[in-house]
This record gives sequence, structure tokens and C-alpha cells, in this order.
Amino acid sequence: MLTDKTREEARQIIARYPKARSALLPMLHLVQSEDGYVSPEGITLCAEELGLTKAEVGAVATFYTMYRRKPAGTYHVGVCTNTLCAVLGGDAILDSLKDHLGIGHNETTDDGTVSLEHIECNAACDFAPVVMVNWEFYDNQTPTSARELVDGCRAGNPPAPTRGASSLCTFKQMERVLAGFPDGRANEGVQAGPPSLVGLKLAQQRGDTAPAYPDGTTPGAEKPKQQEADAQ
Amino acid sequence: MTFTPVLSAGWGDSDSFTLDGYTRRGGYDALTKALAMDPDALISLVKESGLRGRGGAGFPTGMKWGFIPQGDGKPHYLVVNADESEPGTCKDIPLMLANPHVLVEGVAISSYAIRANHAFIYVRGEVTHVVRRLQQAVADAYDAGHLGKNIAGSGYDLDVVVHAGAGAYICGEETALLDSLEGYRGQPRLRPPFPATHGLYGAPTVINNVESIASVPAIVLGGAEWFASMGTEKSKGFTLYSLSGHVRNPGQFEGPLGLTLRQLLDLSGGMREGRTLKFWTPGGSSTPILTDAHLDVPLDYEAVGAAGSMLGTKALQCFDDTTCVVRAVLRWTEFYAHESCGKCTPCREGTYWMVQILARLEAGDGTEEDLATLLDTCDNILGRAFCALGDGATSPITSAIQYFRDEFVQHMTGKGCPFDPVASTVFAAASS
Repeated sequence: MLTDKTREEARQIIARYPKARSALLPMLHLVQSEDGYVSPEGITLCAEELGLTKAEVGAVATFYTMYRRKPAGTYHVGVCTNTLCAVLGGDAILDSLKDHLGIGHNETTDDGTVSLEHIECNAACDFAPVVMVNWEFYDNQTPTSARELVDGCRAGNPPAPTRGASSLCTFKQMERVLAGFPDGRANEGVQAGPPSLVGLKLAQQRGDTAPAYPDGTTPGAEKPKQQEADAQ
Repeated sequence: MTFTPVLSAGWGDSDSFTLDGYTRRGGYDALTKALAMDPDALISLVKESGLRGRGGAGFPTGMKWGFIPQGDGKPHYLVVNADESEPGTCKDIPLMLANPHVLVEGVAISSYAIRANHAFIYVRGEVTHVVRRLQQAVADAYDAGHLGKNIAGSGYDLDVVVHAGAGAYICGEETALLDSLEGYRGQPRLRPPFPATHGLYGAPTVINNVESIASVPAIVLGGAEWFASMGTEKSKGFTLYSLSGHVRNPGQFEGPLGLTLRQLLDLSGGMREGRTLKFWTPGGSSTPILTDAHLDVPLDYEAVGAAGSMLGTKALQCFDDTTCVVRAVLRWTEFYAHESCGKCTPCREGTYWMVQILARLEAGDGTEEDLATLLDTCDNILGRAFCALGDGATSPITSAIQYFRDEFVQHMTGKGCPFDPVASTVFAAASS
């Protein structure tokens, strides 16, 4: 539900930008963080704060896929079915989840816990097939692992993302982060998944490095500790 | 050949994304050095290095910076295009997850060079943890005095805003990104005028890809000659290659421009057991597909262009002989139809109808005439669409018909798809 606090936070977003209207996309994320979708009240709030008509706000909201016209589940599940993930198993995963949950694309389970959609490429092709929940990465999925994942969501104890926070937040909590209100969880989780490190490990095995900088140091190498540097 | 980890050098550290982790490996030394230089000297340095935009188009980065009018009294802006959405492209997201600070440092140096006091990182919204890491990195950089007022006593001020998008591939097109950042539907703008003179809020603006900006600190530390010692004649420097698909070891590989797919496959373990490479993209789905006949094409802007495709983002999606090319192309075309912004007729209508025709072909109900119609439609989109999205939509179709026409015909004569989709999954062995 939108409150005076929401309006106050919308104004905080506006203050980040040289021109107020730039705040519209994050403000719509803020609306979703309260209502779970772009509600009529949310459109009115954005229009009032930015001096736009509701039609102008609606025109923007309907353009972007992440803005929802009905409430998302507590856990919003996206299965990548762009070509590479689809071929590697995304199609089978989506079919399996539709069957398992009894819902289709852009639908929500009756208990409101899980909504499902097929998504486009989410820039994790080296982790295919990829499933996103509340836009956190669940890498290298199978139909079985994806069913276990949504079962965990429905039971209120979803497994942790593969590359993300140490536990899965809700859809509304996630939208608050996208609106630009950090949740303090940036330091949780891994720095990189195994595929991100394949090339680096291969380089290390081969003894490959980038050419040294003119001062003789290797790019990206750890600097000598201060005491050693002083000793030299 | 030699791998050249620069951007990825510290990714193995569990704290690589923190200010401490980055500083331990020389982070922000380049900013100190840059702030002692004349901004014009920095622009010249990046020009001389030969750095070309890593977002796909390969436009010389320093030249882009040089187009910004100086002393014009207007505010200047730097906008980082972190809207990585091109199918197959998966380099900027792991980069920002593992080391957001190298991007922040690059933003500070680049903004100083083009005399911008305000920069934006437009990151796609569908990556919660990457947004968190960017927010934290920017906040920590402010606290450490690398951003904000009077950076390191230089008198230079810079504010950086992390801005999350909302799910629209078209916003990776730089002028659509600007419209989106201004709070409008993300639709491309007519050019000219170009963003260098009329960009964000009508002011001079540089828009660069994440990897391009993240490469700047190393260029400042190493110099133009050092950077240009890597790569090929006209494609200089180090870059991230993203290997994915039916390969044994998908992942990120950082090396000089000009490596070949054969080298990367040979060194990384090749295609999966018992299978052969059928087709691949050199730089995402908008770059025409290539086949095993192109394994030795140097992956630089010139050689891939000469081979009939484009280097794009070095998103090497490899598909083996279990994959139906018609299915692959239909799925990509559905993507372009979904993502078409609707502004221009050739793209909006063309992608819609091409999906209908391809779906018919895949189902085995197509005809030879459908193939002719597809090619004719592509011909009417290519070069006639308002932006590159339309052109890109034609690439998979024309290239697939060029190399695999027989397979399209096979779908007609056999009244359906001859491939088993289960065989192409990664869990095929387990489920068979």
C-alpha cells in the first residue's frame, strides 16, 4: 500500500537527478516494491509528483517488461527461453514448471507465492540453462532442480541464489533495491561463479599474464604490502 | 597465443568486488595518475591506444570522446551502457559482479577527460545482485574520496548515479537508452544530431559500454603503446571472450583481440563429448551465424567482417549437431519481435510476420515460397529500419538460410522437425 512514506521516498528519487522526469523508472520500481505491480494508485502518485498525466506515466509503464499489470508472486520465477538456454534445456524447464505449478506464462499460483514467466537472455549464457527468481541468478538448472526451487519458494524456504545474496529476498524487497534503496546485502554471496573463472584459471595454469606495465608491474597483480615497499 | 587477464585478473579473490580487494591490486592508482593529467591528454591517450567500443559496434572510444565540444558552457554527461541484453552476451554482468570498482574508476577517469560532472550507470534491472554491488561500490568510492566533491584534492567534482532499467533490450541502443534515462519509453532518436552534441537533456554526452570504460584505468597505467601491443593491426588491446553453448567448459576468457574460436575451443576442452560444432555466433544473435568453416577466422573487427559477420560482443554461442537451426532462428526472431520498440514500420511489422513464417516452417507447414518471402522481408528491413535492432533481426535468418537452406527444406519435405530437442539439452544423457 502506498503511504506518505512512499511519496517521501519518491521525492528522494527525484532529488537524485538533474531533471525530475528521469526518476520515473525508479519510481515505478518503488511502486512495485509496495504494491507488487504498477497499481493505479502508483501511476497517480508518479503523475502527481512529476507533473505528468496518468496517460504519460501509463505509456511508459506499459513499455517495459519488468513493470507488471497484476501482482507478482512473492517469488517471481523467470525461465530463460531465448535460443541458447532454450536449446540447452530452458524449454524443458519451463514446460516442467508450468505442469508442476499448474500455471502458465505471466500467471500466479492461487496462494500468491509464485508467479512464472519466460524471460529473454539474462546475460548468463555460460551458466545455461538459467532460471531467475526475483532477478537473482539460479545457474545451471535442470527440470528437477527447478521444481525443487519452486517447491522451496512455495514452502517459504527457497534455496539461496547461485550468484546473489546469501538468501532469497521477496519480489517487493528486490524492487526496493532497483528503486535505488540499497538493502545492505552487496557483500553477500560469491564474487564469481565457476564459468566466470575458467579463462583466468587456464591463464594461470599456462603461466599467461598480460604484458607488464612500463613500470614493470603486472596488470592487476597484488601490490607489495606497505612494509615490504618501505623496506625496498 | 597468450591469455592476457587484466579486467579479470583479480576475479579469483573472494573479496574482488570490495574497495579493499580492488585497492590491494592497484585499484584507483590510475585515477590519481589521471587527475594529474590534462583532460585533453587523456582523450589523446585513449585515441592513441586504439580502444574500440566493446558494446558491439567497435567505434573508436577516444574519437567518441573527442566529439564532445569543449568550453561550450553546457553540462557534459557520461552514461555507461550496462544494459547488457544481446542474446549470448554475458561479459559485463560477471565483470560488474566481480569488480564493480574497475568500472567506477573508469567512470571517474572518463568523466574527468570529457569534463563531465555527472555520470550515470544505466544497468539492466534484471540483475538484482549486480545492482547491489554497483550501489555499494559507488557508495564506498564516495566515502574513500574517489567520487564526490574535490576528488583527491584535484578540484574536480563528480556525481555518479546507478540507474536500474526495467526490461527492454532496445535500451541498449544508445539513443533509446537516453530516452529511457530521461523517463520516457525507450525508443531510438533520429541521428543527427548525435549524442556528442545533443545527448542527455540535450547536452553533450558520451555513452560507452561497461567493458570499454573498465578498460580505461589499465590504459592510463600502461599507456597507449602497452595497450596496442596486444591485439591485431586495427583491433587493439585485451578483451573478454564469452564462450557458451554445447562446449565442455563455457565461461569468460580474457585475451588479445584476434584469437580464433579454434584456439579457444582447443584450449578450453572443445565441444561436448562426441559432438561437433554446427554453427556459432561471433558476437551475439545480431551477428550473422558462422559455421565450422570459420573456426580459424581471427576474432577482430576486420576479419569477422570479411567473413560475412560482425565481431559484436565476442559472445561465442556454440551449437552442436543436435541443434535444429530453424528452431534456433525462430526463437531469436521471437525475441526481436518482442523487443521491437514499435517506432518504425519495417521492424515492428517485419519481425511480427517473420515469426509467423518461421513458426510455420518449423512446424513443417512451410513452402519454398515462405523462404523467398522471409528473405524478401529481411531485404525490406535491412537498412530501412530506424535503428540497428531491425538490421540485427535479419542476421540470423539470412545467414541460416545461406548456410543451412537444406535444413529448412528438410522441414517441408519431412513435414516437421527432424531433430530431437531432448538430445540438445545439457541433461540429455541423464534423461535418456
